[in-house]
Amino acid sequence: MSYKVKDVLQNDTKEMRVAFCETLMELAENNPDIIVLDADLMGAMGTRPFAKKYPDQTVNCGIQEANMMGVAAGLSAVGKIPFAHTFGPFATRRACDQVFISCAYAKLNVKIVGSDPGITAALNGGTHMPFEDMGIMRGIPTMTVMEPTDTVMLRDLMKQMAAQYGTQYMRLVRKSSVRIYEDGSTFEIGKATRLREGSDVTIIASGYCVAEALKAAAALANEGIQCRVLNMFTWKPIDAEAIAAAAAETGAIVTAENHNIINGLGSAVAEVLCTTHPVPMEMVGVKDQFGEVGPVDYLAERFELTDCHIAAAVKKVLGRKK
Amino acid sequence: MLTMEQSKEMKVFSKRVQMEVVKMIANVGVGHLGGSLSITDLLSVLYCKQLKYDPKNPRWEGRDWVVLSKGHAGPALYATLALKGFMPLSQLATMNRPHTQLPSHADRVRTPGVDMTCGSLGQGGSAAAGIALGMKMNHKDNYVYVIFGDGEIDEGQVWEMALFAGHRKLDHLIAFVDSNKLQLDGSTDEICCLGDIAAKFADFGWYAQSVDGHDVAAIDEAIDRAKAHTGSPSMIVLNTIKGNGWSKSANQVGSHSRGLTPDELEEALSEMQAAIDSY
Repeated sequence: MSYKVKDVLQNDTKEMRVAFCETLMELAENNPDIIVLDADLMGAMGTRPFAKKYPDQTVNCGIQEANMMGVAAGLSAVGKIPFAHTFGPFATRRACDQVFISCAYAKLNVKIVGSDPGITAALNGGTHMPFEDMGIMRGIPTMTVMEPTDTVMLRDLMKQMAAQYGTQYMRLVRKSSVRIYEDGSTFEIGKATRLREGSDVTIIASGYCVAEALKAAAALANEGIQCRVLNMFTWKPIDAEAIAAAAAETGAIVTAENHNIINGLGSAVAEVLCTTHPVPMEMVGVKDQFGEVGPVDYLAERFELTDCHIAAAVKKVLGRKK
Repeated sequence: MLTMEQSKEMKVFSKRVQMEVVKMIANVGVGHLGGSLSITDLLSVLYCKQLKYDPKNPRWEGRDWVVLSKGHAGPALYATLALKGFMPLSQLATMNRPHTQLPSHADRVRTPGVDMTCGSLGQGGSAAAGIALGMKMNHKDNYVYVIFGDGEIDEGQVWEMALFAGHRKLDHLIAFVDSNKLQLDGSTDEICCLGDIAAKFADFGWYAQSVDGHDVAAIDEAIDRAKAHTGSPSMIVLNTIKGNGWSKSANQVGSHSRGLTPDELEEALSEMQAAIDSY
């Protein structure tokens, strides 16, 4: 693991789905066993270039997520490395039992990609807005569950996914996300990255909320509050060591996630905290609500996921810190 | 065409599987008896003639694959595998005991010779289609056999798979429906009528046949025809009797899951032995 955080944060010039497709093609170039499956969302996910270049390694199943997960399991049983994509709610809610039994319980090697996490489903609205996908997957024994933050991390994690045997879930923004890392950064699944140093409190963030956490930390620094910021891009196996160290060294924790805090990152961090080093904790995230339609900025306000909400949670937790 | 000797061997083998099944279920106290007994003739044709396999090397790459989508018929598959040398016969007594390699529902991780984990109904077909597709991608000619229950095909996933496999022309995928007409809560006609299963699969682009599922020669010939057919997957609907082989379980809804008392075990074994003696 060797990463460098960019000095200036701005939206990536490259969409996540473009990096996704490019990395799949890169993987397939050296490996005929890489198979891309989709349930009629290749156009939405930007994987048509892969289908064009590797038609024999592409399986568009049609709109049948349950069958797709089973087919992916069968392909992996004969040595293929399937990446199966659909929107997050369908990859997890709809095909949960197929992922559970045919993929994970059967100890097969399926890479599941659920796109449009949380509020990034935006104009598709509540039916398509998964605030529970990571939680559902986290409840499946042996599953690795992760949320890459930008294109640099995405490329690195996909290579590790292809190389590691086992069923894994990755939630993935399709469009542009804020670029956090310098080119060439590498990561370790299960190890959080430390984006900012600070001794008063630690913000543990994931996905959309990482950039918001960094903005909040910068604003709070102007008020004399120093925040450590961790990017907990792997929710399972979670980096318990980094959480315990953050608790011991900063004495207070705020989690921030584009997901329901019930069975979300807040829950996962709290599970570690209460059994290792209990300290005051606040959770920024969706509070047991359904999604709704709207632009991302509106939804971030609506579900209280912005830098301001994170900063407020930091102040609240500091008030509880002894 | 089967010779007289082959036919007799298969009929006897099927009864021997049934005898092991009733012993296993009596031993553990309860089990999926009816749906295990109804597929022993099919398993006999597969493991006595049609399948390529190596009991000493269960994951042999040249093997044909068997996906028991109706995973609750594990006892019948385990007895078959043990009688064919995949494991000692004595291991059958461990079924459903702590630390067993023989859980109630078929499990590829635990049992030598089991190719896919099944039990949550409707899922095995998709895995079998994936295996067949992977074989096709690898230019291999291994056959993939998948066994459904008739109640099981209430599941929507089966029909997703039917559409998919038909579209992909997976002609090395050969599926069976054990059409014993009974599911846990009653007859398939009462619970959720299936209509003409073969016609439905034919409509999905499959080469569909319907045969007497207790006639080993008819099953064997249907598999030969399925193998000879190219360009689409095959469905062979097996008309069977749930709980077949013991007068007390045959065609009984209650035979889905039950135990056997020592007297009942004796009775079932003697009926099965009498059948063997009559061949």
